[in-house]
Amino acid sequence: MSESAHHPAATSPVEQRVAALEALLTERGLIPEGFIEQTIHRYESEIGPMNGATVVARAWADPQYKQRLLADGTAAIAELGFGGAEGDHMVVVENTPAVHNVIVCTLCSCYPWPTLGLPPAWYKDPPYRARMVREPRELLAEMGCELPEDSEIRVWDSSAEVRYLVLPQRPAGTAGMTEDDLAALVTRDSMIGVARL
Amino acid sequence: MDGIHDLGGMQGFGAVDHAPAEPVFHEPWEGRARALMEVVLGAVLPNGGEFRHAIERMSPGHYLTSSYYEHWLTAAATLAVEHGLLTREELEARAGGAFPLSGPVLAPPVTGPGDDLNEPRFRAGDQVRVREWHPPGHTRCPRYIRGKTGVVVRLDGSYSLPDVEAHGSGRRHEPTYSVRFDAAELWSDGQHGVCVHVDLWDSYLEPA
Repeated sequence: MSESAHHPAATSPVEQRVAALEALLTERGLIPEGFIEQTIHRYESEIGPMNGATVVARAWADPQYKQRLLADGTAAIAELGFGGAEGDHMVVVENTPAVHNVIVCTLCSCYPWPTLGLPPAWYKDPPYRARMVREPRELLAEMGCELPEDSEIRVWDSSAEVRYLVLPQRPAGTAGMTEDDLAALVTRDSMIGVARL
Repeated sequence: MDGIHDLGGMQGFGAVDHAPAEPVFHEPWEGRARALMEVVLGAVLPNGGEFRHAIERMSPGHYLTSSYYEHWLTAAATLAVEHGLLTREELEARAGGAFPLSGPVLAPPVTGPGDDLNEPRFRAGDQVRVREWHPPGHTRCPRYIRGKTGVVVRLDGSYSLPDVEAHGSGRRHEPTYSVRFDAAELWSDGQHGVCVHVDLWDSYLEPA
C-alpha cells in the first residue's frame, strides 16, 4: 500500500485557515446549525444574473417600464421583486449605438448582488480593476467586446453607495419574442458592460 | 490609506483572466469563508467601513497573491482578533501554521466627526476638483482622481462618511455625487471619447 493511502487528501494552507476559523467559531457557539450551508445555497441559487436578465427583458419589452428603470432603478427593480444588500441604491445606465457603459470597482468589489449575484473572480482581481478606468477600449477588445472607434465609453467606478447595472442594447431580430425568451439572451457580462449582445 | 487595494490606473497586471461563465464559488472553502465572514461580522458588529479597511490593511504582497475570498477570510479573522473574539495564537495553533492577518490601523480614532452636511454644496453641471490629500485611514476617494477636475452629473443623497465611521462610533452624513472625469484629465495617455464616473462624498471635493 502506498504511503499516501494512509493520509487524507492534502489541504492547502488557506483551506486549513478556513477550517481553523470555522472550528473556533463553532466552539464559541457562534455558528447556528446549518448556517454555512444555507448561506452557500443562497448565493449559489437565489441570487444571480438571471434576476438582472429579467429586469433587462422587461425593459426591452415595455417602454414605460424602461422609462421607470432609467429614472429610478431601485424602485423599478423592486417592482420585479429584487432588492436588498448591495442593491439598495441602483442606477441603470443604457447602452445605445453611440454610447457604451461598463462598471468596475477600483477600490474593492462593489457589485449589484440582487440583480447579478456575487461578482465573478476576474471582476475582483487587480487586472480588471486597474485597467478598466485607464484603457477601457483596449481591455474591452481583449475581452471580446469590440466597439466602433467613434463610440463613447462611459466607465462607472462604484466607489460610494450606488450600484450600477448596464442595460444592454436589444439584439436585432428579436421582435415578437416573449420576455422569457428575451431574458435567455441576456448574459451577465452584457449587464457588467464587458460584452454586447 | 494609500494601500494596495487602490488599484485604479496601475499598470503591469496583464490580461484579465476572464471566463464568460464561472461557478459562484470555485472551491468549497470559498463559500465557507463567505459564510464565516458573516458570522464574524454578526459577532463583533464592526463600524461601517471597518471590514473594508481590514482588507485594505493586508500586506500588499499577500493582497496581490490571494483571491478575494482569502481577502475576506483575512479581514474577518483580523476583526475577530482585534475585537477580542479570538486570538492569533488560537488561529495559528488550529491551522497548524501561519495565519497572516492584516496590519495595524494607521489612523487615529475619529473623536469629533463634525456636524452632518445637509445641503449639497454642488449641483449637477458644477465643476469640482478632488482634494489632493493622503488620509492614513479608510477612504472611498481613489488616488487616481485626486487633484483632478470633473463635472457633477448626479446627486445621490446623503450617506454616512466612511472616513469617519470606519474609525469610531461617530457619524457624519454628507451628500454624495457622481462626478464625470474625461480620460484626458486623468491620464496623459487618456483616450478620446472615454470618461470615468466616480461616486464621491462632499468632503472629497472643492469648487473648481
